[in-house]
Amino acid sequence: MLAHQQHNIKLPEGSIEKETTTLNVGPTHPATHGVFQNIMELDGERVVSTEQTVGYIHRAFEKLAERRPLYQITPITDRLNYCSSPINNMGWHLTCEKLLGVQTPKRVDYLRIIIMELARISDHLICNSIVGVDTGAYTGFLYVMQYRELIYEIYEEVCGSRLTTNIGRIGGFERNFSNTAFTKLEKFLNEYPKVLKEFENLFARNRIFMDRTQGTGGISAERALNYGFTGPNLRAAGVDYDVRVHSPYSSYEDFNFTVPVGKTGDNYDRFLVRNAEMWQSLSIIEQAYQKIQEFKGADAEVYHANVPEYYLPKKEDVYTKMEALIWHFKIIMGEVDMPKGEVYQAVEGGNGELGFYLISDGGRTPFRLHFRRPCFIYYQAYPELIQGGMLSDAIVTMSSLNLIAGELDA
Amino acid sequence: MGKNIKMALTNSYIQERLKEKFGDQVYNFEETYGMLSFEAPKDHNLKVMQFLFDDETLQFRFLTDLCAVNYPDDKGRELAVVYHLHNLVENVRIRFKVFTSVETPDVFTASQLFSSANWMERETYDFYGVNFVGHPNLKRILNVDEMDYFPLRKEYPLEDQTRIDKDDEMFGRG
Repeated sequence: MLAHQQHNIKLPEGSIEKETTTLNVGPTHPATHGVFQNIMELDGERVVSTEQTVGYIHRAFEKLAERRPLYQITPITDRLNYCSSPINNMGWHLTCEKLLGVQTPKRVDYLRIIIMELARISDHLICNSIVGVDTGAYTGFLYVMQYRELIYEIYEEVCGSRLTTNIGRIGGFERNFSNTAFTKLEKFLNEYPKVLKEFENLFARNRIFMDRTQGTGGISAERALNYGFTGPNLRAAGVDYDVRVHSPYSSYEDFNFTVPVGKTGDNYDRFLVRNAEMWQSLSIIEQAYQKIQEFKGADAEVYHANVPEYYLPKKEDVYTKMEALIWHFKIIMGEVDMPKGEVYQAVEGGNGELGFYLISDGGRTPFRLHFRRPCFIYYQAYPELIQGGMLSDAIVTMSSLNLIAGELDA
Repeated sequence: MGKNIKMALTNSYIQERLKEKFGDQVYNFEETYGMLSFEAPKDHNLKVMQFLFDDETLQFRFLTDLCAVNYPDDKGRELAVVYHLHNLVENVRIRFKVFTSVETPDVFTASQLFSSANWMERETYDFYGVNFVGHPNLKRILNVDEMDYFPLRKEYPLEDQTRIDKDDEMFGRG
């Protein structure tokens, strides 16, 4: 049963065709960066309507989470927006800490902010460079990959993994950041601004890029809000809603940064907003790094809060002390009961408000965990964004929306 | 930095306004972790949300999230549809629940009021079987179309028992 037979696809006025062409921009397609399908009805080159199919990478995270103790859920949150998985991890840890009533020390917050902003830079780099690739400019993408590589090396120093990081623990981090991690961070802070400037110069006032992206895929602020847009896509439409400013978490209120806002919500504005956010993230990382260097003595060694029920004790203690051994056993076997309660925690992910709605009934695993995934919610607006536009603009719109398949489907 | 947005809109004010307008049709007010949460009968869900949307002092014009929860032990109230609404101007969030039984899981659709509810209701239908009355396109979104059960309900185990292609021996469970 073809999808387009279900609705009445009418050719627009003035069309020279006899019927619409059905084009399957299928799940495996180099232009859809991820697995999602669009069955488009075209009038020549213009898009009349599109039928979307998602769910190709649905992995039943919400059902899985009902069977796993809290720290076992962190690896599945990695795989939501896999371009910026530390943000998902930190969001989940913040949710658990809200439920458990854990207060993290400042140094932990600042380290978390460094990691989250690095993740945001990495996510926006991919999105912007892929918009470039879709308009035909491949060089920018490969050029900035070198710096994404450096970001991955920083993650590797802290948690051991590059892409799906499972970084941090409830209450802080699994280990203190080593000197190598800070050296790599300094290298990044020294070299990256020049690269970002070059990348920006490649596209921001480029005649071809501007002609391709201005005026396409636009959305008004009212429609965007009604569609539940958040993040850079909403900010490009003119609404300055940023969870880091509205409901600051992890000590974001200690930092000085602006929230870039666009006007028309078209592809060009989205590119510029993400670009400006990368500069802001760089500034936040520099401020956080400075603040961390100001901690002296014992404060400079703090990397986690005191949460014995959820934070694994040090191995030396496990082998020598009784309580540490008991806690180690209880934590690994998942014998620790959570307090009862319902909590909703939101963080500003690469795509917008990533929310975690956790209902606990006092057992060892959540009773219900729901992920509020920004990609899933704003992808609904895609038919409206490309209506009446050309097919090539539809492709650029798809990549400028920064659709990550992992976050669409969860 | 850090804006200290002056909260002129407090949870007690919201509760008062709701009680004023709906009387005893809104109940079970709770404040968990700073967020007000309340319940209404399922046929009032649109009226309550429209009121929260239109009222000039409340202005909950952003639907953050829509999901369902299955409470299998609560007879007559097994499926809860939970709406998270957000007032972006005053920065206040609120949680609104409606309960429905699993035999007649019909709830009015919010997709006329909030376009973002469209897919969120499809996802809720896909996972829990809540039938959203008036939805323009209520069919499965994340699972395969041929699936004939609602997987996130508590009665179904994590793994699909109807699969015949996975050989338990190969997975160490023979």
